[in-house]
Amino acid sequence: MSKAADATKNGEAAQVETVPVKVDGILVNVPKTSPDPVTGKPIPTTMIQACSMAKVDVPHYCYHPKLPVAGNCRMCLVEYGMQAMGPDRKPVVDDNGDPVVRKMPRPAIACATPIAPNMEIYASSPGTIEMRKDVLEFLLINHPLDCPICDQAGECKLQEYSVEHGGANSLFREQKVHKPKQVDLGPRIMLDDERCILCSRCIRFTRDIAGDDALGFVNRGSYNTLTTYPGKSFDNNYTLNTVDICPVGALTSKDFRFQMRVWFLKETKSLCASCGTGCNIVVGSREGSIKRFEPRENDGVNSSWMCDEGRLNYKWVGREDRLKDIVIYDNGESLEADWDKAVSHISEILRSVDKGSTAIIASARQTNEELFLISQIANLLDSFTESIPRIGEGDSLLVNTDKNPNTSGVKMMGLSSGELGSNLNKILEKVRSGEVKTLISFGEDLTRHGFDDEALEKLDHLIVSDILPNGLTEKADVLIPGCAHVEKKGTFTNVKGRIQRFYPATPAPGAAKPEWETLLAVLKQIGNVPESVKGVESLFQWMAQETSELEGLTWSELGDQGVTVEL
Amino acid sequence: MIVNRSKLSFWERTYLPAIINGFKVTLRHFFKKKVTMQYPEEKWTLPEGYRGAPLLVKDPEDRTKCVSCQLCEFVCPPKAIRITPPGPEVNPELGNVEKAPQEFEINMLRCIFCGYCQEVCPEEAIFLKSDYSLTGESREEMVYNKEKLLEMGGIHQDQIWKWKNK
Repeated sequence: MSKAADATKNGEAAQVETVPVKVDGILVNVPKTSPDPVTGKPIPTTMIQACSMAKVDVPHYCYHPKLPVAGNCRMCLVEYGMQAMGPDRKPVVDDNGDPVVRKMPRPAIACATPIAPNMEIYASSPGTIEMRKDVLEFLLINHPLDCPICDQAGECKLQEYSVEHGGANSLFREQKVHKPKQVDLGPRIMLDDERCILCSRCIRFTRDIAGDDALGFVNRGSYNTLTTYPGKSFDNNYTLNTVDICPVGALTSKDFRFQMRVWFLKETKSLCASCGTGCNIVVGSREGSIKRFEPRENDGVNSSWMCDEGRLNYKWVGREDRLKDIVIYDNGESLEADWDKAVSHISEILRSVDKGSTAIIASARQTNEELFLISQIANLLDSFTESIPRIGEGDSLLVNTDKNPNTSGVKMMGLSSGELGSNLNKILEKVRSGEVKTLISFGEDLTRHGFDDEALEKLDHLIVSDILPNGLTEKADVLIPGCAHVEKKGTFTNVKGRIQRFYPATPAPGAAKPEWETLLAVLKQIGNVPESVKGVESLFQWMAQETSELEGLTWSELGDQGVTVEL
Repeated sequence: MIVNRSKLSFWERTYLPAIINGFKVTLRHFFKKKVTMQYPEEKWTLPEGYRGAPLLVKDPEDRTKCVSCQLCEFVCPPKAIRITPPGPEVNPELGNVEKAPQEFEINMLRCIFCGYCQEVCPEEAIFLKSDYSLTGESREEMVYNKEKLLEMGGIHQDQIWKWKNK
């Protein structure tokens, strides 16, 4: 996957010789070879690629631009013509010097037929349209009428093409073949063999992309059935991608099964925050509750895939015990608190403290904008700053060992020098010695990092912002509920320095507000903020001006795919 | 517009001719066949295709026909229908029924009796029956849940048995 992406990045594709091809009369110059989706080696460009370059849609099931070609669904059959050859084995040209193209007697599958110079592809000729209709009729022979109970309904290619290209009636009068339903394929996958149209996308994905040759077909003819190796479970960390690429509802996610029909889902462009890779995702939500994460294509980061772990890591967002109320304790008394009061209370504290007597623990799960505001506040107060690392297992495909989504952002904003977390013990010592009197923590439970009751009692002020209750939130003097990244707007910088945007999908519970709003309001009271800074966009602009790595970058320039900066 | 009002004569000004004429009409109807219906003791025979309350029906083997496809919820113009899908947990009580709604609510105060739900239903599980007199003492009472809808809908005799051969 990454090799293929690299090949295009290096501009190899641009150097390849192009050949003229006509698709439905549209002339396109198509590179003679394209990188193989798996190995990245140049292989002949196919007709379907030429069609997509000409922006002509050719319906297909088994073909997937990120997978090796199988050519078994026959849906992309097209009629085509080749330049005629003279008896001298030279291409024939007419009087004007234009090539003479003759329509071939038989159609070909567009996904596996290489292009040739002056080829003409008839993607919407009457013959092609008739063939699509007939291929669909064959595919539907044993397909059950499960649309009302099928999770794929609404995003099913079989439904879409049946409406677009199919006939209204079937000539099939016999009994349908019944295959196993509700097959437990693995811990996250449910298979319905009757719905399977045997395109083999899942087999190719798990064999060639995930590197776990777990799936295969058994039996023959109408009884051909998708299955795992007997006794083996389909349980690698990328299984749910097969649900995405399954063109029908054969492979369904157990997590999303019967949760919500897809047409009710609001789709929001976001990022996965489970590790430093920063996979691009689409959040599907309805009425403020998240129903699923799906990968969003970005060849610079995650291609079209994401890991199961990250995909299923959303349930905590809707947890019942989320922090919802602002709490202020003044001399042991709990004050009635709203957000404005909390902001002025915090500002008052920060104005009264001595320089160098504060420490701020930022979280590498915060957005770049928030970290920037923290660094501004830290500069004003001459604070000690640090963040907390999260190291876990990684793999060679997508999962990074860094489980923080924005470690690069923390480094870029200068909130942590050297290894992440290396100054934590120094700060702890300063708290114990009484040098640090005010501690501000964002989304990190410091009680798990040596900050015991004895140390915390020495503090004058403990200001905490968090999402879920933990040991530290119980001890806080000022507690401000924060937002999960799916509830706010901002950017993350992934481990490779790619800055990517994300948007709020669901509203935050109770009094919780995005941390940047609180930080900006506090900074406006204790320091100087340019007039123009109001929302995340203008905040990003200010950050880009002040940060050398982001020089000249604008919010709109980031686009949906992000921009890589030198770290 | 100016309306010319002709001056009434003395006889007309007594209002007696109008009263007498009125009584004549009353007296005439007194001896005619009565047209008033004694609702609610007496009720109309409803015409075929009458669009009353949308209700859920069961198949002849007493299974809920609704499979929670949520098309009616989607198509409902006043958003009166609300379905809670069953979720991934398999309910062993349902036997071979793969999918059925966990909860199905119709807000009869919102319902406009348009019949779109009946028309869109792929399983023929919801019908606009003949119930038209829907009353309740609170708004909550007017939101009919699955149990009530199924009870009122009863069993539907037809050939569409989704779960018969599954």
